[in-house]
Amino acid sequence: MGGSTVRPRVAVHKFSSCDGCQLAFLNLGESLLDLAQRVELVHFAEAGPLDPDAEVDVAFVEGSVSTPEDLDRIQRIRTHSRLLIPIGACATAGGIQALRNDVDGAQWVAQIYSHPEAVASLAHSTPIAAHVKVDFELWGCPVSGPQILQVVNALLLGVAPHDNVDKVCTECKRRGYPCVMVSRGVPCMGPVTRAGCGALCPGLGRDCYGCYGPAENANTDSLSAQFRGLGLGAAAIEQRFRSINSQAPAFFAAADKARAGRDE
Amino acid sequence: MSELKRTVAVHVPVLARVEGEGALDLRIVDGEIAELRLRIFEPPRFFEKFLEGRHYTEIPDMVARICGICPVAYQATAAQALEHLFGVELSPWARDMRRVFYCGEWIQSHSLHIHLLAAPDFFGCNSVIELAKIAPDAVRRGLRIQALGNELMDVFGARSVHPVGVRIGGFHGAPSLARIRTMREKLRAALPEAEALIRWAAGIAVPQDDQAFVSVAMRHPDDYAIERGGIGASDGLHIGADAYADHFTERQEPHSTALYSDYRGQPYLVGPLARLNLNHDRLPERVRMLLAETGLVLPSRNLFHSLVARAVEILLALHEALRLLDGYREPDSPWVPVTPRAGVAYGCTEAPRGLLWHRYEMDADGRVVSARIVPPTSQNQGRIEADLRLSLLNFGLDHPDDALRLHCEKVIRNYDPCISCATHFLALNIGR
Repeated sequence: MGGSTVRPRVAVHKFSSCDGCQLAFLNLGESLLDLAQRVELVHFAEAGPLDPDAEVDVAFVEGSVSTPEDLDRIQRIRTHSRLLIPIGACATAGGIQALRNDVDGAQWVAQIYSHPEAVASLAHSTPIAAHVKVDFELWGCPVSGPQILQVVNALLLGVAPHDNVDKVCTECKRRGYPCVMVSRGVPCMGPVTRAGCGALCPGLGRDCYGCYGPAENANTDSLSAQFRGLGLGAAAIEQRFRSINSQAPAFFAAADKARAGRDE
Repeated sequence: MSELKRTVAVHVPVLARVEGEGALDLRIVDGEIAELRLRIFEPPRFFEKFLEGRHYTEIPDMVARICGICPVAYQATAAQALEHLFGVELSPWARDMRRVFYCGEWIQSHSLHIHLLAAPDFFGCNSVIELAKIAPDAVRRGLRIQALGNELMDVFGARSVHPVGVRIGGFHGAPSLARIRTMREKLRAALPEAEALIRWAAGIAVPQDDQAFVSVAMRHPDDYAIERGGIGASDGLHIGADAYADHFTERQEPHSTALYSDYRGQPYLVGPLARLNLNHDRLPERVRMLLAETGLVLPSRNLFHSLVARAVEILLALHEALRLLDGYREPDSPWVPVTPRAGVAYGCTEAPRGLLWHRYEMDADGRVVSARIVPPTSQNQGRIEADLRLSLLNFGLDHPDDALRLHCEKVIRNYDPCISCATHFLALNIGR
């Protein structure tokens, strides 16, 4: 790449998470070095560069907002970033740690830590979009290297990244996987879950567990009815929806309905 | 002596090249360390709490989310604990493949740590991207080895971050013979690369540091312990996973959300160097030869040898994967049926960063009543702080602030702290 080319400035920020979505960058293998030629990695604490308040063209944000300090930090990042892209279930839906939202998290801390004052934790774990405007979201727990590269490539070309809102079922069909629910009665979340993973779970003969979050127009009522037909009780149906993407509105509502036992 | 009279405050607000978020505060007054704190500000994610009420079939997918870098460790430990409680005997195929799967994680995690997190320090670089400019071949080799580890995890888990292949009783699916054949060729081709990595790692000049500490690692009569074995210590301790809590205790420090572990009232070491110190006699012949070539004398009391220890374990993991995949056959079924039973499940394995211990109280329907998870980083927490004090004194407190900061960071990275994992959470009212 010629020295005269201005490379886009990119930041990768971390909030409350397992670090797994940043690995979409760090696990790129030798492609990581190529990526570093094409963009300027300005801030990426786990990889080395530290400059959290630098002006950037694109900020990728991993993790959910879950401490008082996070509230301020995400605002600063928004101010310094032309495009802000949350990556992964924590950033797009609050993540698995948002399972605490239904209980009194602060009380847990007080009951259990001998020094609760050291544990600054908000009662709720929330997605980035609950606090600032976001420009595009990448769903998945975790997002994959190809997903990230696709977004970076689109941005380098100056086009809008493609948003896959299809259902996992479409990926099974495309790959010719037999339907685990139809053929073996396994309660699969594929019919309501966003595509993008490549139908990994049905590919192994098991149920999708919804780690990519809800697809567009997810018919959760119909799937809940199907689950009941397979013998799942209300509590089991509720837990299917209350998992990694529990705060995504479609799954949240479906879990609520199951709990209230008032579906259709 | 006016040099020693100064007051130095070194504050590192975000530690670069560690997993998760941590900070370091160091205050030197009149030539003495007045304050030294490794602060963890990864907020608690309450895993142990929200596992309560969950069905055993969900546990592997949920605990994986504790750590994106070592999800297999969490899955394998939970599976081992529950299978033991439920009286499940894995098929020989599943038992072997759990170890192969785990080897993939060791290869991936260790290579990531060596090349992306630790090595840049020793070449005066800020990142692997800078390091690639002065040592391109070494970095590319490292990234290839890391990618190979990821691929091995992918073979059994369909992806390497939060893989989806483990189920209680075995695996959901079995890789085809064709896929394993390809994998074997790649693993074989990586052996000379891993040997070259050991030589390269051993050639990196590291500080001479000598500290007294107890090493804690799993021991197995036949294997270099990874996914099975008892818990051993360099002072002769040998216990099962169920006795862990009788010997190791946890406490919270006021400045951290992480919990500190003690063994007989003292900090202790877990991780690659602790394992090598305890288990080097279990290494395959070829790996032992390479290790001897490096001149590393074991047991080592210099934590800077952790980098070489990781390189040695990469070669070990390649050898183990190849040994266990030799003569591979697809099983009739990749899993055996499971019937849950009430009781307390204990499990432990060697995560890339060290001993990982799980305890689950289960009801008769196979639901979690309570869970407790002690990850390696919280076990190393006390040791890291003790090490920082000692090694800073060895290094000399009269160095400029930047040099002190860099030295502290190097020391911390020896432990490869995974701060995301470190923030587990313990019910202090557990009775015993």
